[in-house]
Amino acid sequence: MSQSYNRGLIEDFGRWREFSAGMWAWVFHKFTGWVLVGYLFTHIAVLSTALAGEAAYTGTIQTLEGLLVVRILEVGLLAVAVFHILNGLRLLMVDLGIGLESQDKSFYASLILTGAITVASVPTFLAGAF
Amino acid sequence: MSTQVPKGEEVESTTDEAASSPGKQRRDTAKADRAGQQEKQREAEERAKANEDTVQIKVFRYDPEVEAKQEPRFDEFHVPFEKGMTVLDSLMYARDHYDPSLTFRHSCRQAICGSDAFFINGSQRLGCKTQLSDLDEPVRIEPLPHQDVVKDLVVDMDHFYEQMHAVEPYFDPDELPDGELEEQRQSRANREKIKMSTRCIWCGACMSSCNIAAGDNQYLGPAAINKAYRFAMDEREGEARKQERLEIIEQEHGVWRCQTQFSCTEVCPKDIPLTEHIQELKREAVKSNLKFW
Ligand code: HEM
Ligand code: SF4
Ligand code: FES
Repeated sequence: MSQSYNRGLIEDFGRWREFSAGMWAWVFHKFTGWVLVGYLFTHIAVLSTALAGEAAYTGTIQTLEGLLVVRILEVGLLAVAVFHILNGLRLLMVDLGIGLESQDKSFYASLILTGAITVASVPTFLAGAF
Repeated sequence: MSTQVPKGEEVESTTDEAASSPGKQRRDTAKADRAGQQEKQREAEERAKANEDTVQIKVFRYDPEVEAKQEPRFDEFHVPFEKGMTVLDSLMYARDHYDPSLTFRHSCRQAICGSDAFFINGSQRLGCKTQLSDLDEPVRIEPLPHQDVVKDLVVDMDHFYEQMHAVEPYFDPDELPDGELEEQRQSRANREKIKMSTRCIWCGACMSSCNIAAGDNQYLGPAAINKAYRFAMDEREGEARKQERLEIIEQEHGVWRCQTQFSCTEVCPKDIPLTEHIQELKREAVKSNLKFW
């Protein structure tokens, strides 16, 4: 063989339309996992304002909760967390070898449940934001 | 053309001529049924001729030995459609009638030799096991991704074979039976357990579909791990050999690379539950390393 041709990564993200359920589950799981890690740092930063005294902490929280963006981000955070937990349970089942033939259905179930819970949370998170 | 499927009419023969037997009536009804079916089939064929009598295929082309073909491109062919025609049939037709330089591997045409796995409309499939009628047109046929292209649809399979051999894919029991001619029998239950894993035809579709294998060249890959499963789960080999096999399986680039994306399971033409086997080997590896008693 004199020469061959390396086509590189053919199945990159440009082929997202062809991704199957298991692939999407993986992509979303990684994404939500890292969003949660990101939130953890934010969370610590916000909590540590309490080091400067009760008033400072109350002030921070009140300012943040007064912002519409923060309320919307909270809904997003809930969606991300719920999906990560539900799909995490799915992955635990996969690790235990339970119901692997319906792994796609359990992924869709995670998505639908996440959607439902997120929608149901909207009134609580956005109460008094407008 | 060697690839044509037999026409429906040939099936019908003239055996019902001697008509005076008691079963005549039954046969007559059966014949009428058959005639009806035949009529339907003929209609379908005619409709196919009228509407979509050709299939458009787009085939990846590359030839390092011809200067004008060193830049990869896609060639389009319009192939007359026959009922039951597979992607492989259409490629053979294009090669036999339009361009004899069109190069691809094939042999058995019945999904058993594993030589014609291609990337068809965005997923890894066997050309001979994929009906054109199931695909959207134009049908895009490319070589398997993540392997070097040698020419047109032919990819370099060396690395895949190396990974297959790395798991020592041969039966190697700890103890041989006493008598030289004595059989080494397997329990029915154990045979059932490894049944699906024995069906691999080394086509490489799974490895090509795997995101992880694409990023980590040393990863054993689904086919090799499945091969390892076939022997590690074979009770006749004995504990010592199983331990050795688990060591190969749980090495750095072994089962733990798998992220359960299910891509391999999705594409395997032999319907082997690859992810399930990989997951079971992960648990076996953990079990053999964790001993609390
Ligand atoms: C009940 C809650 C949770 C469950 C059930 C859960 C479950 C899982 C599971 C099973 C995995 C492994 C995925 C795989 O096999 O590839 C995983 C990955 C991950 N989780 Fe969670 N998780 C939870 C909470 C969290 C939280 C709170 C964070 C962030 C602080 C987080 C961050 C991540 C990250 C970053 C990954 C990806 C790790 C990697 O790259 O492999 N998870 N999670
Ligand atoms: S496991 Fe399936 S997809 Fe992979 S090489 Fe074997 S037959 Fe092909
Ligand atoms: S030609 Fe043998 S598997 Fe398709």
